[in-house]
Amino acid sequence: MSRPDSAVAKQHRPAPDFNLPLINGGQLRLSSYRGKVVLLDFWATWCVPCREETPHFVDLQQKYDGDGLQIIGVSMDDSTDPVRTFYQQFHINYPVVMGTADVGSAYGGVLGLPIAFLIDREGHIYAKHMGATDAAVFEKDITTLLQNR
Amino acid sequence: MKTAKRFTPLFLFAVFLISASAFAQWSSIAPGRLISPEDQAKMLQSGRDKPLMLQVGSHMLFLQAHIPGSEYIGPGANDAGLQQLRKRVEGLPRNKFIVLYCGCCPWNHCPNVKPADDALHTMGFTNVKVLYIADNFGTNWVDKGYPTAKGE
Repeated sequence: MSRPDSAVAKQHRPAPDFNLPLINGGQLRLSSYRGKVVLLDFWATWCVPCREETPHFVDLQQKYDGDGLQIIGVSMDDSTDPVRTFYQQFHINYPVVMGTADVGSAYGGVLGLPIAFLIDREGHIYAKHMGATDAAVFEKDITTLLQNR
Repeated sequence: MKTAKRFTPLFLFAVFLISASAFAQWSSIAPGRLISPEDQAKMLQSGRDKPLMLQVGSHMLFLQAHIPGSEYIGPGANDAGLQQLRKRVEGLPRNKFIVLYCGCCPWNHCPNVKPADDALHTMGFTNVKVLYIADNFGTNWVDKGYPTAKGE
């Protein structure tokens, strides 16, 4: 089932690298996931469509973890506390980092949520999904990219 | 993870309630009190009837792009943001022309503008409009080529 507020743009540029703080301590560098298929999700705890997508991302991570999928959540919340609470309440099984305006700008401007990028194993952006997106659409992109080894 | 699947129905129900609440909120702003991005941009360019423009959504989004001359207040969805809003406007004449906007999410999902609008109404402000952003600030303002500023 497609959602009317979803839009996708195919892109092939290198995904801008970043080094951002994980909500539970430490840092995450995007380029360290080269070789994996990455779903980079810009979201926030106050964003209703983002919250609706979360359980689907948890399911996708569980389903394709062994095949090389890595979902990374980039929270655009103003503080970490609500993000940590949300992370625990919804049993998120992928890393979540605190985003910045600079990283948002590097990705073309995160000027509405949610926005998700599919990144191939070579670190290039395959697709950008703007707005709430059906899980089946993400899964189609993921399985396509996972086939390329 | 079995625990994730066990909580999914409860989570979806909770999200439904939140969504329904957000829908009820935005739908009760009278159409006559909405202003389109096109009209807002024209007003900016004309320099006439310049309102006090307040962004009541995400700071991260404000830093990346906002309407020139607008001020960041804080999310209308939480008490801290509403407190900041009340503090900002408390000394203003109650007929001051104010425009509220957000643009975080599609209009029917925005948790911020309606509580902010209600707060100003409760304080007695009579000349408040809300910028109608159908999809998000990027799509309905920036991509249309309307004036944009970055940073604080």
